[in-house]
Amino acid sequence: MDLEVLIENVLNALAAGITIGCIYGLMCIGLGLIFGIMRIVNFAQGELLMLGMFASLYLVTGGGVLAFLGPYIAPFVGALLAGPIVFAFGALLHKFLIARVSGLRTTGSIDEGHFGQLVVTLGISLILQNGGLILFGSTPMTVRTPLASSAIEIGPIYGDATVFLNKARLIACAVAIITAITLYLVLEYTRLGKALRAAADNPTAATYMGIDTDKAYRIAFGLGSGITAIAGGLMATYLSFGPFIGLDYVIIMYSGVVLGGMGSILGAFWGGLTVGFVQQCSALVLPPQLQNAAIFVVFLMIILLRPQGLFGRSAERA
Amino acid sequence: MRYGSAPRLRRDLITLVIVSVLYLGASLFVTNSYYQLIMTLVPVWAVFGVSWNILSGYGGQLSFGHASFFGIGAYTVTLALVYWNLTPWLGIPLGMIVAGLAAILIGLPTFRLRGHYFALAMLAYPLAILYFLQYLGFQEMSLPMHREHPTAFLEFTNPHYYTVVAVGLLIVAVFVCMVVENSRFGLALLAIRQNELAAEAAGINTRLWKMRALVVSGMIAASAGGFYACVLLVVTPDSVFGMLVSAQAVVVTLFGGVASVWGPVIGAAILVPLAESLNAELGNILPGIQGVVYGVAIIGIMLASPDGLFWTIRDRFFRPRAPAPLPVGLAAGAPKAGEARGRGSLLLKVEGLSRSFGGLRAVSGVSFEVNAGEILGIIGPNGAGKTTLFNLLNGVLAADEGSAVLSGQSMLGRKVHGVCRMGVGRTFQVVRSFPRLPVLDNVIIGAYGAGLADAEAIGAAAHALERAGLSGLAGVAAGQLTNKQLRLMELARALAGGARLLLLDETLAGLGREECDDVLDVLTRLRNEGTTVVIIEHTMHAMMRIADRFVVLDHGRVLASGLPRDVVEDRSVIEAYLGKKWAARQDA
Repeated sequence: MDLEVLIENVLNALAAGITIGCIYGLMCIGLGLIFGIMRIVNFAQGELLMLGMFASLYLVTGGGVLAFLGPYIAPFVGALLAGPIVFAFGALLHKFLIARVSGLRTTGSIDEGHFGQLVVTLGISLILQNGGLILFGSTPMTVRTPLASSAIEIGPIYGDATVFLNKARLIACAVAIITAITLYLVLEYTRLGKALRAAADNPTAATYMGIDTDKAYRIAFGLGSGITAIAGGLMATYLSFGPFIGLDYVIIMYSGVVLGGMGSILGAFWGGLTVGFVQQCSALVLPPQLQNAAIFVVFLMIILLRPQGLFGRSAERA
Repeated sequence: MRYGSAPRLRRDLITLVIVSVLYLGASLFVTNSYYQLIMTLVPVWAVFGVSWNILSGYGGQLSFGHASFFGIGAYTVTLALVYWNLTPWLGIPLGMIVAGLAAILIGLPTFRLRGHYFALAMLAYPLAILYFLQYLGFQEMSLPMHREHPTAFLEFTNPHYYTVVAVGLLIVAVFVCMVVENSRFGLALLAIRQNELAAEAAGINTRLWKMRALVVSGMIAASAGGFYACVLLVVTPDSVFGMLVSAQAVVVTLFGGVASVWGPVIGAAILVPLAESLNAELGNILPGIQGVVYGVAIIGIMLASPDGLFWTIRDRFFRPRAPAPLPVGLAAGAPKAGEARGRGSLLLKVEGLSRSFGGLRAVSGVSFEVNAGEILGIIGPNGAGKTTLFNLLNGVLAADEGSAVLSGQSMLGRKVHGVCRMGVGRTFQVVRSFPRLPVLDNVIIGAYGAGLADAEAIGAAAHALERAGLSGLAGVAAGQLTNKQLRLMELARALAGGARLLLLDETLAGLGREECDDVLDVLTRLRNEGTTVVIIEHTMHAMMRIADRFVVLDHGRVLASGLPRDVVEDRSVIEAYLGKKWAARQDA
């Protein structure tokens, strides 16, 4: 009997770990573009996730323009549409603020402009969190869909042990994977993608090759913002959120990107997947309040145990 | 004390007294209890900013998690009062001790990280503590009232007294900061911020100074947090460990002025009343207005004047006077040099030194000897492993195998600053200076690195500047020097540390012919005064002029060594530089 319960718990944790992990993977790709490839330290990435959630919420619920699609389809279309909205927001953010402390302006400066980026994005993060509180209020929200409260049952596998796959998460997971693959193909095989990667990797050289790096940066930053926002919209279907939710996830995103190896889109996805998986599995042994603390401990362990190695270029040339 | 800091210290102390008296005087006229609270909070947040400034402003170790220490202070005071009935007068010092210990625990692993990784890691600590406290059930703790002996428990019926205590706390914190700024502690932190590897190579134990900064900073932050708990009488994990708390320290300091004693005070005096009163007026309609104000403030200041208000105002209205020339005879304070070892005796013996990067053997089985008082030139094509060899010798990289013995002591397995303390100076291919510090301070850092006392260090630095011919530039910021002057300054920095062996990495790179000659003259003079030099250089005519012997490296191996004449006619050397065909044609 106990064994049955244990098996059921473990299997469900694994299933939740994989589905949620894929969504985390998408979320991490967004930061992977900005931090991993463009090397901009964006403190406000969690707030972009939060904006994605609220964008989706306002598109879908109440008098939202997508309400006509009904509660089964609208939440996922809303999540996808949150992408372009936050893309535009991110591109503007880059144009007016981030560009002043990153890119060609700071290459070769003492710390590659990281100090300025940390400070400016900290400011953006404060404004978005607290501005969100003013605009959206503090009541926890969720994008309601009946799918969130129904599940596909697999089993019974062993005795009465059954795996429940939450339908909302399952669809969200599928959308996340499709989005991630599409983005990967675009970046890998299109002209735009190549220009973006070139500009991000070495802005000086890219300029000489005739790439408009300012524009490329803007698009890349926007893409990074939009991708994380889509993940946010997807998460909004199964999770209640408020303006301060970004703080919990910014750490998860950095864990994933660092774990997956800087500078790699696929790496960021696998990193995010791993972190999500570990987080869900920690639910088996840890009380709920400690799960969030566990994420920070995992993050610290990742960056402390692998300060180099996974980090790409780290050695300073003397 | 640092050179020339006495007048600054005196001026700052007078300002501190005047500002404190004026502030306390003004607070007497405040009758509204809410404004009185703001009058108390301004110094509290200023203290917190001062604490952040020591680690992140002076030392450049950006911490986004200073709420850890603030919160530890607040919770220690609260828990000690609730469970042990310990008065906050003792609870605050206790909280400072706990925070100091926490700083060591946090610093040990976290200082392995640099730059933004350090900043992100620091962010994680307070948030982890926050969730942990929620788990333990310390959600909302109120401080019990002690109506019979209120003062003994840091409780006052008259809110003015809170302001008095807060100002007292600020005076202590600012004073500590002044002492730090004007001592070798502050200079070490400034050096670490501007160029960590250069500081390390100048003999500064960067890890240790950063740790000291974190402990001092954590303790000051805890005092602010502990007193904050007493003022508000209720603490929640969010109100003392939250993101906005950490941000508060960053914001007031950046806004007011980084790495300035007055920065956090100015920032707090402007931003705290602004944010608090907006919160009071509009908090009901616009609940997050405080955070928005802080966000706008730091973005604005970062884009408009990245160093903060204090420096902008100072540069605009109080241009610092041109630095006075160094007083004559300052160099007399230099410690007497020890007996120069017999010229020609063995100083350094390198045997079988190897290092691989993956499959690439960058340095492989290199052996050579350096005799006291000679100039040994190391030449070789690009990628021959010359710089890697230096990095192995001075501890930047660890060797895979081999040995390097400097007059009986092994150089390997030591930290960079440890090698420096053995009397080995190093300069870099790309000059590593502390651009915002005056030349004299740049050089004094080398003397501090050798462990000299203040007066001796100043003397040694002045003497080293004389030897390098830079005395006239002592007061100029290093960022304004020409390439040649920078190269000489790096030399002087190594000399001030009492280096008997100099490792010079392409010291002549990028210099014109005449500048080159000037530097060569200095090097020759140093050699004649007994200093031993190992120099990497590409400029053959220069090397032929000064080097006593050559070691030629190619593909990580020693190709040839000996007298310059013999080496340049060595067939394998010509092949390595110019290719086999060239050598064959020469033969024909």
